[in-house]
Amino acid sequence: MIETRDLTRRYGTETVVDGVTLTLPRGGITALIGPNGAGKSTLLSMIGRLIGADAGTVTVDGLDVAHTKGDVLARRLSILRQENHVVARLSVRDLVAFGRYPHSKGRPTAADMEHVERAMRWLGIETLADRFLDELSGGQRQRAFVAMVLCQDTDYVLLDEPLNNLDMRHAVTMMRQLRAAARELGKTIVVVLHDINFASTYADLIVAMKDGRLHASGTPEEIMRPELLHALYGIDARIHEIDGTRICVYYD
Amino acid sequence: MPDARAFPTPRRMLALLGLAALACAAAFMLWDARGPWSFLLPFRATKLAALLLVGYAVAVSTVIFQSVSGNRILTPAIMGFDALFILIQTGLAFGLGGLAVSALDPRVMFLAQVAVMTGFALALYSWLFLKGGRSLHLVLLVGIVLGILFRSVAGLLQRLMDPGAFLTLQDRLFASFNTVDAGLLGLSALLIAAVSLAGLGRLHRLDVLHLGREGAINLGVDHRRTVLGCLAVVSVLVSVSTALVGPVTFLGLLVANLAWMLIRSHRHALVLPAAVLIAAICLVGGQAVLEHGFGMATALGILVEFFGGLFFLFLLLRGALR
Repeated sequence: MIETRDLTRRYGTETVVDGVTLTLPRGGITALIGPNGAGKSTLLSMIGRLIGADAGTVTVDGLDVAHTKGDVLARRLSILRQENHVVARLSVRDLVAFGRYPHSKGRPTAADMEHVERAMRWLGIETLADRFLDELSGGQRQRAFVAMVLCQDTDYVLLDEPLNNLDMRHAVTMMRQLRAAARELGKTIVVVLHDINFASTYADLIVAMKDGRLHASGTPEEIMRPELLHALYGIDARIHEIDGTRICVYYD
Repeated sequence: MPDARAFPTPRRMLALLGLAALACAAAFMLWDARGPWSFLLPFRATKLAALLLVGYAVAVSTVIFQSVSGNRILTPAIMGFDALFILIQTGLAFGLGGLAVSALDPRVMFLAQVAVMTGFALALYSWLFLKGGRSLHLVLLVGIVLGILFRSVAGLLQRLMDPGAFLTLQDRLFASFNTVDAGLLGLSALLIAAVSLAGLGRLHRLDVLHLGREGAINLGVDHRRTVLGCLAVVSVLVSVSTALVGPVTFLGLLVANLAWMLIRSHRHALVLPAAVLIAAICLVGGQAVLEHGFGMATALGILVEFFGGLFFLFLLLRGALR
């Protein structure tokens, strides 16, 4: 279980995340949605202890992320940000193998490498294993980074816009794999999503943020309502139920 | 990549570099050996040891520094580390006065300089690298400005200090590849061995730094501690090389980039030895050729800076500064 209490972060005079108190249950996929600048990524980064909080606490399974040793947390929680720059010439396999670092401390065993191969197969990049990152397309690189994080094999996986750069097929495959990881392996997955229809289709819980505050949270049925989405995004949302899923149409 | 298969594996490349370095060392020791061996061997061995120590210090400090700063353009020398060391040498001589400096054991003096250097370098540079994602242009500019500042202040102090203190200081400052400060060799070797042993078990953390601050934290590496530790090691190594032969600006850039090119791996356990061997080849081989092939017509420092500087321009023009 992930719990945040009065979590606050300011940049200069601007409060980006403003007193967020939130409980995310174990298991399943949670989607963080909201307009640009709502504080989704900052919230995710604070949960993943990439940036510190100005006030408030985050606990993961009762461990305070600000005071737990980094390598203890790294075996329990993994986080991937949107932009990942690597200067070194890394092959896809090298990158994915970094995911085993918290377990192997730089000496990967045969079992670790088995994890690596499995993670690459999962994301359909096993044929790219020996290619270097700078030779890949944006979408292929994105999948390699997600493979690294999954290879870390943590109970909690936080992903900031994992669908960036992915075409429709790969976006759907990625979400399907994440759902399988949640259902079959019991992982808790928190994703920042911009496409609310992906959130509606794949998430078990949707958390909506606006102006650094919690706007609403609930199941897709509870969140995917015209008046709520209008208040959240300022759009005229028309909700249709297609194949049992609520789909939002917001194009003029 | 079509040529990936034909390219030697990292281990084979290390073996080749090792052989080349051995050949250079043998040439340096034995080439043109006229005169009694009892004089020649110790004389040349001292020089060889100094060249190797400097090569080691410059190569290792540059590779580590590049991994900490996350790019291939910045080196400790370009960021003003050796200028800082010279300022500290000057400042201590200025503060203590000529008598105290000449009375003190130079080794004690050196240790004091290394300690002050490490403290100042951590205070001055850590803020640049602890927060990830700073613009490379900003970091480079800060480094160049700091370097000029240190040099100017050192120059000012040298003009202000009393002539006696300046004379003793001058001895230290005029170190070069031909006039190595041999009195500091033993202590330098000890210092280098100490920081190397301390870092040896932690090389894999350097590998993780390739993923940047956030990637490293995600994998459970204490980014702050690792960066501070690396900067401390770099400070000690730069102190050693600057004390022995004075500032060498572009050698590190040259050998580190060659090592990354020749060893196609991200693992520091392979790249660091390669960089050390390349530095040894450049310095020992270069000095052997200069002494015996060209009859000391020019200085090794000048050649290294010339080719290193050209290489720096090449890297800039190729667009490495992005």
